[in-house]
Amino acid sequence: MSTAPARITYREACREAIRAAILADPRVFLMGEDVGRYGGCYAVTKGLLEELGEARIRDTPLSESAFVGAGIGAAIAGLRPIVEVMTCNFSLLALDQILNNAATIPHMSGGQFAVPLVIRMATGAGRQLAAQHSHSLEGWFAHIPGLRILAPATIEDARHMLAAALADPNPVLIFEHIMLYNMEGELDPAVQGVDIASARIRRPGHDVTLVTYGGSLFKTLDAAEALAREGIESEVIDLRVLRPLDTATIMQSVARTRRVVIVDEGWRSGSLSAEVAMRIMEEAFFELDAPIRRVCSREVPIPYAAHLEQAALPQPGSIAEAARGLARPAP
Amino acid sequence: MPSLGADMEAGTLVEWKVAPGERVHRGDIVAVVETQKGAIEIEIFEDGVLRDLVVAPGSRVPVGALLARLDVAAGGPPPALSAAAPAAPPRAAAPAPVPPPPPPIAMPPASRHRVTPAARRRAAALGLPLEGLRGTGVEGAICLADLPQAPPRRSSGFDPVGMRKAIAAAMGRSKREIPHYYLSQTVDLTPGLERLARLNAGRAPPERLLPAAMMLHAAARAVAETPELNGFWENDAFRAAEGVHVGWAVALRGGGLVAPAIRDADRLSLDALMVAMRDLVARARGGGLRGSELTDATITVTSLGDRGAESVLPIIHPPQVTILGFGRIVERPWVVAGAVVPRRVATLTLAGDHRASDGHRGGLLLARIEALLQKPEEP
Amino acid sequence: MTRDETLALVADILGGIAPEADLSTVPGDADLREALDLDSMDILNFVAALHERTGHPIPEADYPKLLTLDGLATYFQAEAH
Repeated sequence: MSTAPARITYREACREAIRAAILADPRVFLMGEDVGRYGGCYAVTKGLLEELGEARIRDTPLSESAFVGAGIGAAIAGLRPIVEVMTCNFSLLALDQILNNAATIPHMSGGQFAVPLVIRMATGAGRQLAAQHSHSLEGWFAHIPGLRILAPATIEDARHMLAAALADPNPVLIFEHIMLYNMEGELDPAVQGVDIASARIRRPGHDVTLVTYGGSLFKTLDAAEALAREGIESEVIDLRVLRPLDTATIMQSVARTRRVVIVDEGWRSGSLSAEVAMRIMEEAFFELDAPIRRVCSREVPIPYAAHLEQAALPQPGSIAEAARGLARPAP
Repeated sequence: MPSLGADMEAGTLVEWKVAPGERVHRGDIVAVVETQKGAIEIEIFEDGVLRDLVVAPGSRVPVGALLARLDVAAGGPPPALSAAAPAAPPRAAAPAPVPPPPPPIAMPPASRHRVTPAARRRAAALGLPLEGLRGTGVEGAICLADLPQAPPRRSSGFDPVGMRKAIAAAMGRSKREIPHYYLSQTVDLTPGLERLARLNAGRAPPERLLPAAMMLHAAARAVAETPELNGFWENDAFRAAEGVHVGWAVALRGGGLVAPAIRDADRLSLDALMVAMRDLVARARGGGLRGSELTDATITVTSLGDRGAESVLPIIHPPQVTILGFGRIVERPWVVAGAVVPRRVATLTLAGDHRASDGHRGGLLLARIEALLQKPEEP
Repeated sequence: MTRDETLALVADILGGIAPEADLSTVPGDADLREALDLDSMDILNFVAALHERTGHPIPEADYPKLLTLDGLATYFQAEAH
């Protein structure tokens, strides 16, 4: 294996993560709609069926409830299934399985049954897939005790979070933002794994904290870059793990910057951004030197038309504007 | 360029199936686009006349790019958007009675300053009033930028370095010049503390008494009865003081101490003494001691407080000749009327200037203080 | 009072008693006398201010409950009416 950083896409990093996990452990297999012959609706699993065979890459019928339930059963029985749900929009068909079975059985059995299940889903908007394929529902799942919710935003996390998720005895949901799949970047071969517990500061700064995750990370970093040209140094936190939240990293940053903007592609009402804001109120209220601001998706079903879709989503411009309003309030 | 797959970012126009000016109908194939999934035929979703073809065959353009312009008006009735609005639903025969709107809720007065939590905390730390500050934060809130950076030195007027030097000079001189003798006596404070608890039970917190006030009260009155210990050693002779002005040792936050005088402490009631002590401590720590208070003391009393050591062997503050010390109040087995019982006791110490007095006299003072503490009912 | 309200009040009062103290660094279960170097006079002033600001009588017997931030939060939550 080369030790020089390799340039790969986020999609390839996801694929390599699955491939490596299956090769490393005979208990691991992948199943989902169109993951085999078609190669995945976002082409993540292209070529894996040919390489790994039908026992490890399994196409399923179009029934989320059935194949997520089968995954839960397989996990309880000792396998390490990776279940792909095409998009989180379809995961609602499997919500009963995820909430009432996967998240609950370990507790209701008094720990006798572990559910070492990993569910991957695509999330988010930006490709004109219209309302039924564009929503960001990870915040809903982050409401559920018993689940660990991951939002890999970087190629490194896309490559390495899966192994950590498979090692977790509890169900782990991984949300891959659809706008990240084509992102290209370097993967440091020296990094052999990542934790699935902590948030990361992706850019240090002292004027304002921008808390975000997933597909919004790079919009937020773009906003930070624009702000830096105006002399506003923002600290960008990539939550990475949406449940349980790494609040320590957030609070330490808030104590430094005293101003916070939360960027969340989910809808504002009852959102993950609301949870983060409330945690800050609970744990760092006296550090705040300005109101907390949020940049979320507009409260509409995500529109199809490109200009409306973009207008409905957090953008570098709106993120920078919110941060500017805190760091340089208008007189 | 239509999106022909979720992961498609761009496509190559292979050929046009229609010519400019050609009339097209919904569902017609108008172009062929090459994607990662092969060549795909592109349908049109509107009727109309194709005006200009913007993208030439062979060009690769991003999803969403303009391929051609379609004149919809020329192609017959415009599409659904301008179709007749659906008929309004039939009205209900009689509208349900609507409850009257609730009366408007009175808004609280807008007099409250907007202050950020961080700024409010710092202002409190600085002891700064918020009134009069101009807010430059979000929505005009007073924010950290509107307040001084670091807490200024608490304006007790004491320079810590200078104070250290003064203490060094005074204590050095004391230990060089004054032949100290030390006496100590452990005193049962239980009756007095019980009396305090009874008094305090009926009082609001600001009027409550501290054990230190009780000790100081007893000490001041006892000193008044032993004038040989209350005064100054000057020019190789003792000069008795007029009045008992007790220097009360107050530790300052951040180090150092000062022992300003409570004038005529022996004539103050317990309550008045407590008021004087509170006032003195507040001014010693917050600034505002008067010069006379720093020079008038005729004897010094120090109390180690409820977190201090059990006893102290204090150093006389020259030119005074006596200093009294109270250790922390502790619960100890004690013999009362032949039985061992738990009592709350404190060790009372005295350092005397042997040039001015002898241990016998000092012992009398301690005994008198103990007696007064044993008879707390005495006014 | 909620915990936050109580802590805000406590911070405000202690700001006048121990100005250099940073309450945010004090663990909830730490003895404030130790953490902030408060003597009995400070505690008396602290309780007096709590009394004046909240109207609670705060009998002397309750002082031990008021010596930690957690204790204060619980005390004023329980005493709320």
